[in-house]
Amino acid sequence: MNDVTADHSTPQQRLTPEEITRRRFLEKLCIGLSGICAAILGIPIVGFIVAPIFRRTTGKWISVGNITDYEVGKTVSVTITDPSSLPWAGITARNALWLRRVNESDFIAFSVNCTHLGCPVRWLADAGLFMCPCHGGVYYSDGTVAAGPPPKPLIRYDVRTANGQVEIKTMAIPITTTTRL
Amino acid sequence: MKRLLIDTWRWLDDRFGISALIGPSLKHLVPQDARWWYVFGSATMLAFIVQVATGVALAFSYASSSSQAYETLQFITNEAPFGSFLRGMHYFGASAMVLMVGAHMAQTFLFGSYKFPREMNWTTGVLLLGFTLVMGFTGQLLRWDQTAAWSVVVAAEQAGRVPLIGNFLAQFILGGTTIGGATLSRFFAIHVFIMPALMFVFIGIHLMLVLRHGIAEPPTAGKEVDPKTYRHEYEELMQKTGHPFWPDGAWRDFVFGTGLIIVIALLAYFVGPPVLDKPPDPSILHADPRPDWYLLWYFALLALIPRELEGYVMILGPVLIGILLLAAPILNNRGERAPSRRPWSIAVVLLSVIMIGSLWIVGANSPWSPNFDPPPLTEKVIGASSGPVFEGARVFQAKGCLNCHLISGDGGRRGPDLTYIGDTLSQGDIIIRIVNGGVNMPAYGNSIKPDELEQLTAFLQSRKRPMPAGLETTHR
Repeated sequence: MNDVTADHSTPQQRLTPEEITRRRFLEKLCIGLSGICAAILGIPIVGFIVAPIFRRTTGKWISVGNITDYEVGKTVSVTITDPSSLPWAGITARNALWLRRVNESDFIAFSVNCTHLGCPVRWLADAGLFMCPCHGGVYYSDGTVAAGPPPKPLIRYDVRTANGQVEIKTMAIPITTTTRL
Repeated sequence: MKRLLIDTWRWLDDRFGISALIGPSLKHLVPQDARWWYVFGSATMLAFIVQVATGVALAFSYASSSSQAYETLQFITNEAPFGSFLRGMHYFGASAMVLMVGAHMAQTFLFGSYKFPREMNWTTGVLLLGFTLVMGFTGQLLRWDQTAAWSVVVAAEQAGRVPLIGNFLAQFILGGTTIGGATLSRFFAIHVFIMPALMFVFIGIHLMLVLRHGIAEPPTAGKEVDPKTYRHEYEELMQKTGHPFWPDGAWRDFVFGTGLIIVIALLAYFVGPPVLDKPPDPSILHADPRPDWYLLWYFALLALIPRELEGYVMILGPVLIGILLLAAPILNNRGERAPSRRPWSIAVVLLSVIMIGSLWIVGANSPWSPNFDPPPLTEKVIGASSGPVFEGARVFQAKGCLNCHLISGDGGRRGPDLTYIGDTLSQGDIIIRIVNGGVNMPAYGNSIKPDELEQLTAFLQSRKRPMPAGLETTHR
């Protein structure tokens, strides 16, 4: 069905051994040149696309306000802006975290990302629980898993106080990898 | 004038060779009894054409910038002439494509059309199914609202579970270590350039294979596929009873395709495109990300599988399904084609439909998700306006119990319905459950005060079935 009916190739038997060698050389030359062209195009293209994999960003300490802005024992959401974001990130450069003032000088900051699949957990103050809307993960107030599918506790940010300010060290979205499980 | 047009066409046809090129394909012989069961393939392609056409139109106004995409979508939806309609066409076109590719695949499987010599037709079709789902997912992300932004995070988290390279894959998806300027443009490039290019190539190969091997004749019980004789038998059958695809076979494709486009247009007009969620601001934590309907079953699966199996299901599941689908014609490419002689094929299709359908229904209700905004329990439901039962109801709400449990129809569905819990659990059992927690329930021992526990227990004990009127009287 739909077979090729005309063969325009030169019959092999008419060629001399020199011609065959020349033809083989030209075939290999064309294939080799195609490979070089593909490499010239492909290496920078692939490199450009996969570059984010190798981009290393280090966390930066940023202030999230005065110590006195926070009430002892209360857990509140704090909005931060990623200082290493690209200029056209717009509102997507923003992020949130759950910050709790434990006592006069100590703070705890939790990532909002559920360790199951990254959805944003909400703090239920009266219940003292973090709950995830996606697959129902529940965490105690210290971030440990209370129920549902999360494989590990909520990730904590590094927090410090300096010159009357609360400072958070920015970090990547915590990815739960198989190796860590 | 007519003469001039005919002459012009003939001149162009002679120089371009249009009839010579397309004619044999259009006139190729197809089985006479290939009727309405055979329209799903062309319908899938038609849906793809709808996607390309509406997608190109939408791209005229869409800006693939993380900071501007949401605004351009609002413009397209609310201000641009036909914008809302085109978005609706694109959404329902995608839905139609997923449905049609599923129907086409089920029909091909049931009819045993994947067997010799059409193994590669099936294999390229399986790849096209995968590409279609990738297009569906990336398309949802291009909506670039709150759900889309969180869906990227969910995708990155899932990719993160791949052994060894998980973290790299997650960063590749995010375009870095967080959502940001590089995230959306990656998905735009994948959705608009890479996947469509792959689909054009594979649709081309798929169609070429259809022409090369012909459309499989409807199966007949007892007539087995033997690779040694099949081609000869098929050729004989076509010469004897086949008719040209154009127009004898094609008219059904045109009728069904037109119906499909009309349905897509009606849905786009009357139902409209998916409503845009809040802006893609990751600092807004009141989010409830859900995939579009065609991936809702997978969302449900991830909520329901046991935790210890999750990694395997998430990573090995799709790989195994892909390998099984791709290998189907290699494992079984001869013998009976009739579904009546292959009852297991009917079982596979039915089970797949039932499984995906059930997961889809559960996913749409997502009972495992807490209800974050349950209406407060009324005095009528509580059955008291003061006292320990009333106070216990307030504790029930404050401690988040109502987020997960139903009381007289209000609350969450994550945990058991507690409307009549007083009939089944004693005071001691209730206290043990509250203090120690349960399989999927937090332990409140460290966070509940003794008087709160007492009130809560009183409230839960009061949740009993109302006594029938007659018995109530007798009791009195």
